[in-house]
Amino acid sequence: MIKVHGLNKWFGKMQVLKDVNLAVREKEVVVLIGASGSGKSTLLRCLNFLEHPEKGRIEFDGRAVNPAQDDLNLLRRDMGMVFQHFNLFPHMTVLGNVIEAPVMVKRMRREEAVAEAKLLLAKVGLADKVDAYPCHLSGGQQQRVAIARSLAMHPRVMLFDEPTSALDPELVGEVLAVMKQLAKEGMTMIVVTHEMGFAREVADRVLFMDEGQIIETGTPEQIFERPVHPRTRDFLSKVLWGPFPQPAAGILQNNVFAGYSTAAV
Amino acid sequence: MRFIHYFTGSIHFFLQAALLTLELTAAALAMGTVIGLIFALMKISGRKPLRYIADIYITVIRGTPLIVQLFVIYFGLASVVDFGSFWSAAIALAIHNGAYIAEIFRAGIQSIDRGQAEAARSLGMNYKLTMRRIILPQAFKRIIPPLGNQFIIGLKDSSMAAFVTVPELFGVAMQLASNHFADLQFYSIAGLYYLALVLMFTLLVNWLERRLQVEKIQ
Repeated sequence: MIKVHGLNKWFGKMQVLKDVNLAVREKEVVVLIGASGSGKSTLLRCLNFLEHPEKGRIEFDGRAVNPAQDDLNLLRRDMGMVFQHFNLFPHMTVLGNVIEAPVMVKRMRREEAVAEAKLLLAKVGLADKVDAYPCHLSGGQQQRVAIARSLAMHPRVMLFDEPTSALDPELVGEVLAVMKQLAKEGMTMIVVTHEMGFAREVADRVLFMDEGQIIETGTPEQIFERPVHPRTRDFLSKVLWGPFPQPAAGILQNNVFAGYSTAAV
Repeated sequence: MRFIHYFTGSIHFFLQAALLTLELTAAALAMGTVIGLIFALMKISGRKPLRYIADIYITVIRGTPLIVQLFVIYFGLASVVDFGSFWSAAIALAIHNGAYIAEIFRAGIQSIDRGQAEAARSLGMNYKLTMRRIILPQAFKRIIPPLGNQFIIGLKDSSMAAFVTVPELFGVAMQLASNHFADLQFYSIAGLYYLALVLMFTLLVNWLERRLQVEKIQ
């Protein structure tokens, strides 16, 4: 569904993406992991052209996107995006946030958009917050509104850019639960996250990025239990064990993931 | 005692003049706000030529005195196009205030978190829609205090129109002062009228600010 060929992106003199190739199939859940500054978010933002890559090609549904000629607004309608800092519109109610794009962009009738928005908000567990303003919601609630807002455009793929990184630890679960549900329903998803538990449980494929390159890719078991690349091992031992003595990656399977049923993956 | 005598005796002249001052200010600031918004958008535009034009406009207008701009338009352009004294003054004031208002708008727009525009664009909203529905409504709330300040300056600067024969507050004061050889009294009276107008205006701005604060910004 999405294909990326030889993507290169520079910020000034710094090259943040180096010849990235990636293919995502319909209904696939791809999770991007890697250290801060490894280019995960930039790659994600290139997919819907919030960042313009200097070199490389991005195909959507078998058609190469040409940012100079194509209407990127049409492309973006099909790609929902959820941001680390939610970016809800503070001057609109929760309902206003969700119906804004369907009404203004798709020219949907207001009543129709409202009815659908209420369903979406119920789905993310916020049916009672329809008339609240974003500033009165917790971070987890705001992020769930943001997900509903994206879904209101009926995107064909959802991009998640560290959706839980700005949340208090106790609020992470509610957002991940909504994302899991989405994945179960067959949404195509590309997720940048530091939530290794989520990656392991929900991802079809995990990509490890380092210094602007995808250096390892595989199923969650492959990446988490039998990482090949030394950088992957190094990264995983740091995020899973903290800055303390680093055990061999193989030990992980029995300890850290004890809570997850391996049968599910 | 003479002051009160002059004050009461001149009320109908000054009220008429105050009305003209208000009309002139309203016309000038309405045009100036439109000019300001256009040049603010040009200045943050991705197109270099537009940014340059906006830069030149702001630099020239902020770098020259209002009275010079006013005389250029009223006397200088008289041979080319004659706007009449009222509209010459209104246009000069609009162009003058527009430069400052452009900077106020620009600062307001740029103070809105980038994430807002990114969220809007990621939903498929185009640039215009993003500005109109997402950025400007939020920016507008933030610029009310500086914009109100600029409007007060504009109101007082409208007194310059007296020098191109507009019979507004200051023009009437000059006339009465010389007719009655009473400079102290009539210029002070004019000052009182300006003060009253500015106070009214301040109350209006404060009220607007409070009203818009109801929906709180994050």
